[in-house]
Amino acid sequence: MYAAVCVRSFRRYSTYRAATWARVFTNTVFGFILTYTYIALWHVRPHLGGYDLSAAITYVWIGQGLLSLLAVGDLGALADLQTRIANGDVAVDLFRPVDQQRWWLAVDAGRAGYQLLTNALVPMLVGGLAFHLRLPQGPALEAAASWAATAVALVLALVVSYALRYLVALTGFWLLDLRGIQLVYYLTSCFFGGFFLPVTVFPPVLETVARALPFIAVFQVPADVFLQHYDAVGTLGALGVQLGWAVVLLGLGRLVQSRAVLKVVVQGG
Amino acid sequence: MDEVLIEVEGVTKSFVVRRRAGRLRRTREVVNAVAGLDFTVRRGEMVGYIGPNGAGKSTTVKMLTGILLPSTGRLRVAGADPVRDRVRLAQRMGVVFGQRTTLWWDLPLRDSYELARRIYRIPEATYAGNLDRCVELLELGPLLDVPVRQLSLGQRMRGDIAAALLHEPEVLYLDEPTIGLDVVSKRRVREFLARINAEQGTTVLLTTHDLTDIEQLCSRVMVIDHGRVVYDGGLDGLHRQGRSERTLVVELERELPPIELPGTRLVRCEGTRQWLAFPASASAAPLVAELAGRYELRDLSVREPEIEDVIARMYGEAEQVDAAVAQVG
Repeated sequence: MYAAVCVRSFRRYSTYRAATWARVFTNTVFGFILTYTYIALWHVRPHLGGYDLSAAITYVWIGQGLLSLLAVGDLGALADLQTRIANGDVAVDLFRPVDQQRWWLAVDAGRAGYQLLTNALVPMLVGGLAFHLRLPQGPALEAAASWAATAVALVLALVVSYALRYLVALTGFWLLDLRGIQLVYYLTSCFFGGFFLPVTVFPPVLETVARALPFIAVFQVPADVFLQHYDAVGTLGALGVQLGWAVVLLGLGRLVQSRAVLKVVVQGG
Repeated sequence: MDEVLIEVEGVTKSFVVRRRAGRLRRTREVVNAVAGLDFTVRRGEMVGYIGPNGAGKSTTVKMLTGILLPSTGRLRVAGADPVRDRVRLAQRMGVVFGQRTTLWWDLPLRDSYELARRIYRIPEATYAGNLDRCVELLELGPLLDVPVRQLSLGQRMRGDIAAALLHEPEVLYLDEPTIGLDVVSKRRVREFLARINAEQGTTVLLTTHDLTDIEQLCSRVMVIDHGRVVYDGGLDGLHRQGRSERTLVVELERELPPIELPGTRLVRCEGTRQWLAFPASASAAPLVAELAGRYELRDLSVREPEIEDVIARMYGEAEQVDAAVAQVG
């Protein structure tokens, strides 16, 4: 059933072509802006944060590709949940014999699948044509292992990002207007997730803070796995961190959900 | 047919609401949404469940569907506790909220049905049969491949009703299924509901503000107000107890002094138009004949009583009873 939900969600997102291409365009343009900024920066400080120039440029384009997929700037499919909470439609959802958290994860996975084929691939292809991007290197086996690890890291990143956004959307049961908290979430996750700049560039104190927060599991970790920043053990450790956050945050979401459901009633009338 | 399906015994539900009182202070207030409900519904019954806004109707439905735990009291649907057996019972009930939709906004109606088939694990043959039936009776054929966002309210409502019935629920909870619909759509929905009730024995609990819904569909009405059942019985009894009145709207050829007609009382008089109220239980025919004989009429129509008025009058009585009980206690 959840697979069917995922497929429907993929189709739902594919109905908005114009919005998709507007996003692809925006992400690509920002890719260029950031790339030139990075080039200027790395020119002055080569190997900043432990990345050489080509790794840094690749980092930019991974970021532009994953921005929509991981729904950093918005709530992704959970924008729908948020609307349903705000207008009370969520009450009808609760009548059905489905688990809400799993249901929306399936919806969000469908959305991410669609974004992968459009918003992720197109900007990265454009970036790849304009600049030299670094793909996983080494002997065939090692490169293949890196691709596989990246795939796993990406799935885990999506789950962590989903779990975070689920929590943000659920606050709608208490706040109703989420614009404020969404903006805070956007800035925090971009900053501490390493979307603006890798967290290794931060002053040590800030980097420590970033490493203690879950946002890093959303972007910096999959990007570093792709750039082969870790050795085999380090990669497994990084994936483990992602998995840990996924479990903790999904559990927290479940807890908040059970409290939130009680809240529906008071408002539903 | 005599089996009790829904049992509600002494059920109450109270919420704590925090209110702002002054700049920083907040007061806690206990709101009794439902204050001691008792009723039973038998299998195959079609019951109208009415009451003013905030009377506790939705709270009742939420408790019956298990998403809300009663504060006290006992509640059983098909012998099971709705909260504990929520997922299992969900397979056996359908819910339609007139102002809410379960359909996928951007996708064709068919996709939402296909998902319902998987959510409720409906066997292929059953699903095909039920879908055909709904499509035929609710005239959904041309709409199946239209994205839901392009449907009119009436079409969407029919789509939602079909979605709630594909898994053949034993109980159907309907909340304002005809709200905002045009006359044709209303009739279609009512005919359909009457039919599934008669043919499949689906038990229906219908919440509405439209008295015609009740008149045409329900042999039994429960009126709830301030979280309590204040009336349970036939519709005629409701009119009697609520002393409800129908209104004759008389349009005269020319302006005349107020009409005096035995059995009616003048409510309003505006130019050539006059409004005469008479008991809802009385027949309008002799009054119309009398008026037509006495005056030159341009037009005449009969207005049905508003359910709110009937209930307001009844509620007035309930409050007096409450006051009396309070004094005695």
